[in-house]
Amino acid sequence: MNFRFRLFFDKAFKIAVTILSISVIVPLILILFHIVSKGVSSINLHFLIRDQNLSESGGSGILNSIVGTFLLITIASVFSVPLGIIAGLFLVEVKSKFVEFVRILVDVLHGIPSIVIGIVTYLLIVKPFGGFSAISGGIALGLMMFPLVVKSAEESLRLVPYSLREASFALGANYVKTIFRVVLPTCIKGIIVGTLIGISRIAGETAPLLFTAFGNPYFNINPFKPVNALPLVIFNYAMSPYEEWHRIAWGASLVLVGIIFLLNMTTKIAGKKWEVQF
Amino acid sequence: MRQDNLFNLALYFGGFVAAMIIVIMFGILFKGSVLSIKNFGIHFFFGEKWNPPMEKFGLLPFAVGTILTSIFALSLSLPFAISLAVSLGIYCSRGIVSNILSYLSDLLAGIPSVVYGFWGLFFLVPIVRNLEIKLGIMPFGVGIFTASIILAIMIIPYMSSMIVELIKMVPRELVEAGYSLGATSFDVVRKIVFPYIKSGVISGIILAFGRAFGETMAVTMVIGNVNSVPKSIFSPANTMASIIANEFPEASSGLYLSSIVYIGLWLFVITFIVNLLGNLIIRKFRAGENEF
Repeated sequence: MNFRFRLFFDKAFKIAVTILSISVIVPLILILFHIVSKGVSSINLHFLIRDQNLSESGGSGILNSIVGTFLLITIASVFSVPLGIIAGLFLVEVKSKFVEFVRILVDVLHGIPSIVIGIVTYLLIVKPFGGFSAISGGIALGLMMFPLVVKSAEESLRLVPYSLREASFALGANYVKTIFRVVLPTCIKGIIVGTLIGISRIAGETAPLLFTAFGNPYFNINPFKPVNALPLVIFNYAMSPYEEWHRIAWGASLVLVGIIFLLNMTTKIAGKKWEVQF
Repeated sequence: MRQDNLFNLALYFGGFVAAMIIVIMFGILFKGSVLSIKNFGIHFFFGEKWNPPMEKFGLLPFAVGTILTSIFALSLSLPFAISLAVSLGIYCSRGIVSNILSYLSDLLAGIPSVVYGFWGLFFLVPIVRNLEIKLGIMPFGVGIFTASIILAIMIIPYMSSMIVELIKMVPRELVEAGYSLGATSFDVVRKIVFPYIKSGVISGIILAFGRAFGETMAVTMVIGNVNSVPKSIFSPANTMASIIANEFPEASSGLYLSSIVYIGLWLFVITFIVNLLGNLIIRKFRAGENEF
């Protein structure tokens, strides 16, 4: 091709790519701007320390949902983190054909839609035990978090150099002691960072909670009763016809995005600081 | 040694549980949909009607809705995602601009689906409604078109960060060899970078498709919830995920519930296959990468 043509195409390509990139940034910035500008005006102390409580007096806050979100996250972590670490250890420690099979299934589980996980949890837990509960919501979120914990545990475990184990063996420690006293302590920070990433991914999930945690306008920390969560408030209030409720939904959106943003910053800073290094 | 054996047993138990989760999910969904499978058989796929009071249930409206939204969203996001990836991976791979952009795209990837839906409902729907008035069609505002745009906006950061990572895996020597032979950046991108990461990009597209296919909340909020086969790209419709989110809580009769679970089963099977395919391709790409 002619030299000039090639230079022309190069320029044209660069311009096209730049224009497309900039035009994609615009809606993204717009979304952030809208969430912040709409959200800030609805947040005040009242909003953060009162419950939703549909009665006229003393209502329209989101404290119950903030507490509910943290309750659900705690339940999800209790279920998924220990099991995820064991599964991560399995992927790294065991040598067999079964391992690759499990790894693929865990990756695939990560891609299963959240609404499907909601149905499964409903059929498995809500229906047989007769009612919506925070526990079932927590389990649904735990199922979503599990593959992320396994992946991060596996990656952190792989970073531990073999020489460290050999040193432990040389001192006469057996295999189990080596794992619990040497390998896991060296990479526990990496696993914590991975868990935080998992939490930031599930904190905003709505679909698995629709038929599990269900929602509850009153303050509740009993895991066997339904609870509300920030994403549920946003969904229910956004779909309502009332202006006042939309305002609450914007406030809840900003709080939720703020929590997720803080979690992401923490994992970024912790991830840099706590990198497994030798 | 007994301790070691016990520990090994625990490890195998962990691996077994991890593998069983997905098998159990399939089993539960299948068991839940038996009633509907028996009742409708093959006709479920071609049924155009979804009428709970009449106990008539068909998948077709939602299958069409899902396929239209996810494919439209994917083709809409593809040029933007690739451009963003090329800008971030090749034109400004370091420096302030790149840092700001990658922080921004991380931030956006963290925004929950429900918030995207909420934003779409209040900012995108009026814009689309105006557009529809100008085009002279029924100004619903909500519908497949709106849902696809929201989905595309959600997919772009995910897809472009995946492609940037792939671009960074291209060996520097190859790129520099290209430049030293007098290739322009365009030539390098077209003839060296993309051929090298082709299979990775394909798997990225497949995985993004899987996400768009199963995305629930944002779509549910802006698609309009109409249970008939969509006539055009602007008509309100329902996807397989959004019909579940909308009607699962009110499914009273056994057959109604079972039919919704059946839709869930298909959603599960399709996303399972799509993710399996995407993951296998990226695995093969990574293995080839190690050999290079």
